[in-house]
Formats: sequence, structure tokens, C-alpha cells
Amino acid sequence: MILQQLINGLMLGATYSLVAIGYTLIFGVLGLLHFAHGEVLMAGAFMGLYIILWSGLPLYITLPLTMIATGALGLIIDLLAIRPIRKDIHLAPLLSTIGVTIILQNLAIKLFGGYGTKFPDAIATTNYHVGPLLISTAQILILGTSLLLMGVLYFVIAKTKAGRAMRAVSESHLTAGLLGVNVDRIVLLTFGIASALAGAAGVMVGICFHAVSPFIGLTFALKGLVVMLLGGLGNVVGAMIGGLILGLAEVSSIVLIPPEINLQDIFAFGIMILILIFKPSGLFGSRITRG
Amino acid sequence: MDYLLSVATVAGIYIIMALSFYMPFLTGQISLGQAGFMAVGAYASAVATVKWGVPYIPSVLFGGIVAGIVGFVLGLPALRIKGIYLLLLTLGFGEIVRVIFINLKYVGAAGGFPGIPYQKYTLFYAYGMVFILIIFFSRLRKSRMGRAFQAVGNDETAAEILGVNITSAKLMAFSVGAFIAGIGGGIFAHFQEYVEPLMFGVMHAVEFIVFAIFGGVQIFWGPIFGAFVLTFMPEFFRIIQTWRMELYGVLLIVMMILRPQGVIGLDTIQGLKRLFQKAH
Amino acid sequence: MILEIRNVGKVYGGFCALHEVAMKVEEGKIHAVIGPNGAGKTTLFNLISGMHDISSGEIWFKGERLNELKPHLRAKLGIGRTFQIVRLFDSLTVLENVMLGRHCKTKAGLFKTFFKFSLKELEEEKTTRENALKWLEFVGLGPKADQMASNLPHAEQRLVEMARALTLEPDLLLLDEPAAGMNPKETMGLNGLMAKMNQMGKTILLIEHNMQLVMGISETISVLNFGEKIAEGNPSEVQDNPAVIEAYLGKKRRGN
Repeated sequence: MILQQLINGLMLGATYSLVAIGYTLIFGVLGLLHFAHGEVLMAGAFMGLYIILWSGLPLYITLPLTMIATGALGLIIDLLAIRPIRKDIHLAPLLSTIGVTIILQNLAIKLFGGYGTKFPDAIATTNYHVGPLLISTAQILILGTSLLLMGVLYFVIAKTKAGRAMRAVSESHLTAGLLGVNVDRIVLLTFGIASALAGAAGVMVGICFHAVSPFIGLTFALKGLVVMLLGGLGNVVGAMIGGLILGLAEVSSIVLIPPEINLQDIFAFGIMILILIFKPSGLFGSRITRG
Repeated sequence: MDYLLSVATVAGIYIIMALSFYMPFLTGQISLGQAGFMAVGAYASAVATVKWGVPYIPSVLFGGIVAGIVGFVLGLPALRIKGIYLLLLTLGFGEIVRVIFINLKYVGAAGGFPGIPYQKYTLFYAYGMVFILIIFFSRLRKSRMGRAFQAVGNDETAAEILGVNITSAKLMAFSVGAFIAGIGGGIFAHFQEYVEPLMFGVMHAVEFIVFAIFGGVQIFWGPIFGAFVLTFMPEFFRIIQTWRMELYGVLLIVMMILRPQGVIGLDTIQGLKRLFQKAH
Repeated sequence: MILEIRNVGKVYGGFCALHEVAMKVEEGKIHAVIGPNGAGKTTLFNLISGMHDISSGEIWFKGERLNELKPHLRAKLGIGRTFQIVRLFDSLTVLENVMLGRHCKTKAGLFKTFFKFSLKELEEEKTTRENALKWLEFVGLGPKADQMASNLPHAEQRLVEMARALTLEPDLLLLDEPAAGMNPKETMGLNGLMAKMNQMGKTILLIEHNMQLVMGISETISVLNFGEKIAEGNPSEVQDNPAVIEAYLGKKRRGN
């Protein structure tokens, strides 16, 4: 039974990791905590939903399509709402991301209604018995895809030229620029990648919970930021591990506490407060000590 | 005419709310929780009037004080938290308040709290409060604590090195902001004649932020201008009504790009002063 | 001894910024702290002013142990400070910036702001203003009082920061690279200013890279390198100290 919940926790945690990685990447290159990132996830969830509904395409096509679409959304957000803003003005970028959040969330409410929409069963769900555990195709898929995406990302950052450029920009805009890196373009690329990952996470959330609503954006914004705190601001590996930890912790909390009001979310919220008060630098330590 | 007066009253209340956001903002604390404090004030004053028979003014004041106390309590953990995390903390607070009121039978739970005696002169009370706040903020600007607040908002560490107790400054600003929001809530409750949790959601908190940021944050006239204009605008343009929130979002982004200090800035005031001097 | 630094150490994460640094600053003197970049000089200032916690050791000021004291209380005790990179308050005018120096010496709270201004508060505000103006004129910037602090050229901003620290009426003034970015004329002005402040009885602890300025005005110089104190003495002693020369220039080549 516990192992069963462990699988659930890992699955949930994997989606949190994907979101948190996006936050971390953007924070790394811009020093900005992208408040609207959760809304991108929400957009991805709905895009995935409608692609499946209207075209009946299988998941292994829908997922990449959604990722491309949300990636594009991320590019637009950067170009219109982030790049034109002077970063040195206190709080201006943050306020702009609040603006993006408002737009996306309210558009979603207008388009999809204020209540949840059922996410179609996109995968033929077979349940496999592995020893005492019952693992469904969905769980394998989500875990597998997440790990795959994280692995690819890690490879990109560590081994490719673009990845090196991203790391350089994270260290110092000035130095990277002097070394010939087009900082703006790297930021754009980072937004695209982060948003694509969020889109993937969105689709997975739909599959996980069988429903999506325009309000999940804020929930995942919170969860993603808590993971950032757990893993340390700017720490990609920390985000990956932190996500899994949060997923496992949440699942354990459901087991331990009877399901009352949405205690899950309050749980994450409570963790955030505790960390912020007692250990603001995170469990793994932050690369950058910013707030 | 009646309708316009009604809108003007709401505008007055929203000015109070925008200023309630402005208070902690001075010390660098962005709060998404002012709607929550408004709710606390509204419910508290409603209870005072309806269940305890307290007259209007003390009732509204009571709402403010309760909100102020809650603000102080929330302000304590908020001291250590900055930026986006403070946003989340205050956002969470707002949601928790709403959930509490949805479940609180004493004040009607989700159905709301009806039967609040209508205050005919809300318009005067609202703008009376605005007038008091104008005096307060203008005195604040030229005072020791006013400078301290601005300093904390600009550069906490430097302020602390100079001898400013940043803990007490931030806490004070946060609590006073909550108090002001509570008063707004109290006046609001006696105008609407009933209150329900739905009236105090996140999007309202966001609205107050937009009022202040749009109006201008360099000087207290900004939030007053912003709240007044943005409350009246949708009344004249139907299309703004439907797309109000999206337009607010666009407005935030555009303002940050073009004029982050808001419409009314120090330069505006100086310009007006010069105009005034030329006329003499 | 107005300031005593007793075997102070500071560790950031795994990195040791200061190690067993001991220093005594005599009252009324101008005491310089020099050393190559990264030696830990600013870290030392941060520990004295309270911006960061001391990892080991103690700092004593005017007979009081500073270790657990919050920064604003240290200011109240009489420690003033300027920063390596100017930190003025952008949304305030020059005069308002300077007036903040008197914050911990005045009392007007929030309530008094709102309820009728009593005569006492008006008086206090007036005194604060005059006091600040006096210090602003001391650094030579009286006419710029009502300009926005961010509009001033760099060197003048540094002077404003100094006036602001002076308004605190500190007994100990920590100046972190006050001459950085100044041309020779401005530096001479700074030199004169520091001499005047010293004459008023203020103890000055100075971080500076401008050796001419340091050697000219300091009475004692402590040299830091890699977080440790490697030398101390009057200017000529320090100048001739081989350890100091090595720290700045690297090991002497054989045969030179």
C-alpha cells in the first residue's frame, strides 16, 4: 500500500519537477520569478485537451504538439511582457508577470468556463501487476516521459553550445554578452524551453487528475515555487529532486490526514511558510541568494 | 444621476482600498491580501451593527481595528518574506479568509450575511475617509516615519544601517494597511447591505493593485487617481466591462513598459506646481 | 580602544572569508584597512555594521559586545557607514536622504504624524532638517538639497552618503572605498573632509585602494590578505613590510 502511494507520489512529483525546472531556468537567466508560469501550464493542459478532443490524435503526438504550442506561448510572453521591461526598476517585471497571469486566467475562464472540464482518457489504460503493486499505463507514461524530458534537458544544459550559453547568461549578463552571447536570444530560448516543459506538465496533470480548470495555474505556481525553495533558487537538479520530494510529501499527507478541505494545497502552502521563515536558502542551498 | 452617485460611492471605497495597498507598498511589501482584510473588516463591522447593535461609525472603526490586528499577525511572518513569496503568502491569506467565511455559520457561511442597515450617507463617509487619508499621507511624506518607510522600500539594508528599525517599520505599514482595508470593508458592507465571501476574491485584490500601480506609486495621489478613473471608465464603455480583467492585465504590462512609476508621478506634481506658480 | 575585533572569523557556506582577525582601533584616530581585492575588507565592515553574522570571535564597541546586536541598534550606539557602491534612497531628495541619518535620534512615531502635530513634533522636524542641512553644507552640497538623490553625479552621491552617515553623529565612521571613482581634485577634497571629521573627534575606519590617500592620512594601517591580517603599523612600517609587498605584487623574483 505504501509503495503504491510512492508511485503516485513520484508521478505527482514528476509534474512538479517539470514546472519547477521551468521556474529555475527562467530565474537563472533573468533573476525573475515568473509568476505566470503556472498559467502556461494551465494553457498547456487545455491545449492538450482540445487537441485530443478535436483530432483524436494519440498521446505521443499530442504531447509534442502541446509542447510546441506552449513553447510558442512562452516566446510571446517574453517578447511582449518581459523583454520590453527595464529590469533594474524594482518590482516592474514581477508586476508585469502578474498582468500576464490575469490575462491568461481570465481568457481561460471566458473560453472554457469557470468550472472544471473533464480531461478525456487519452491512453488505453491497462493496469500491470508488478509484484504487490498496481501500476497503470498512465503512471508509467507520466513518470517515463518526465524522466526523459529531464534527462534531455540536463543533456542540453550540460553538453550543448546553447546550454553553455544559458549557463553563461545565468552567471552574468554582462560577461556573457562580452563573450559574444546574444543574451536576449538565450533568454527567449529559455522561456521557450521552460514553457514547453510546463505544457508537458499540464497535459500530464490532465491525465493524472482527469480534469482541468482555469484555476490550476495558481495552484501550480504555488507548488512550483515551493519546489524552488526546497531545491534552492537557480538550482536545476535541486528542482528535479525537490519536485519529487514534494510529490511524495503531499501523497503522504493525504494518507495521514483524512481528506478535508483541499488540504493538499494548504500543505504545500504551509511548507512554503516554514521554509521561508526557517531556512530561506532552501534544502540544497541556493546558487543565488535572492528572494 | 442616482446611478452616477452610486458609482462615485464605490469609487470612494475603492480609493480607500487602493490606498490600503499603497501603505505596505511604501515599505516594499506587495500584498495580494487587501481583499482579505476588506472581508475581515466588512464581516466584523456587519456583526457589530447587526448582532450587537453598535452604531455606524464605531462599527466601521471596529471592522478596521479587527482587520488591523489580523494584519499585525500576518505581518509577522511576512517580515522575512519578499517579492513573489510575499505575493503568495498574502494570496494564500486571502484565500484562507474566504474559505473561513464560507464555512462560518455565525455569519451566514456561503449564503452570505444579509440585513446590514443601509447607510444613506455612505458617499460622504467614504470620501470623508478619503479626506482623512489624504491628510495622513501628506503628513506622512514630510515626517520621520514617512521617510523611514520610503527608505525601507528603497533599500532595506541601507536603512537598517542608518538606524531604522525595519522590522517595526514594515510591521507598522502592513498593519496600518490592513486597518485601512478593514475600514473600507466596513463602509462597503453598510453600502451593499449584505456581504458574501465571493465579493472578496483574489481578482479583487488584484484590482486594487492595478488601481495603485496604474495611478502611480511615487506619491499617494496616484492610487487615488487610479482607483477613481478605473472605477468610472467601465461605466462609460460597455466593452470594458466584459473584458475588464484582461484589460487590467494589459494595462499592468503596458504601464510597466512605458511608465512604471504610474500615471501620476513626482514629475506630474512638479509640473502642476509650476503651472500653478506661473498662473500667479 | 573604541573598537575591538577579537579573533573574528566569517564563513559563507564552505568559503572562509575571514580567519582569526584581531584588530584594535584607537579612539580619535584614522585607521585604514588595506589589502588586495577579495582580502575580506568589506566583509569585515559588514560584520562590524551588523549586515552579516559573525561566525566566530567577538566585536566590542565602546565597551559593548556587538555580536547579537541588530544593525539599527549598532547605528544608535554610534557606528556610521558608507558603502563601496553608493546606496542612496532613490525616491527621496538629497536632503531627505541626509535627514534619515537622524532617524534613530528622534522619536516621532506614526500616531503623532496623524493626530494633530504637536509643537514638539514640529520642532523636532525643524531641528532634523536644520541639522541635516548643516552636514550637507559640511560636505559642500548645500545648494543641492532639494534635488532627487539619483540625479546627482557619482562623486556627489558619495558625499551625500557621507553627510547622511555624519548626521548620525557617529563616534566611529566606516568608510568603504570613499575615493572610488573620484578624480584627483575630488580626492583632495575628500582628504580635507576626512581630516576635518577627524578633528571633530570622530574615529575613522577606512577601506581604500588609493595608496596616496591612505598613506597620507592614516595613522594606523592594518593589512588583510586572504581573510587574515598580515601586517599592521604606521604608514612607513607597512610600506616597507615585505609581506605586504608580496601580497600586492606577488613573490619577489629572484635576482630583483
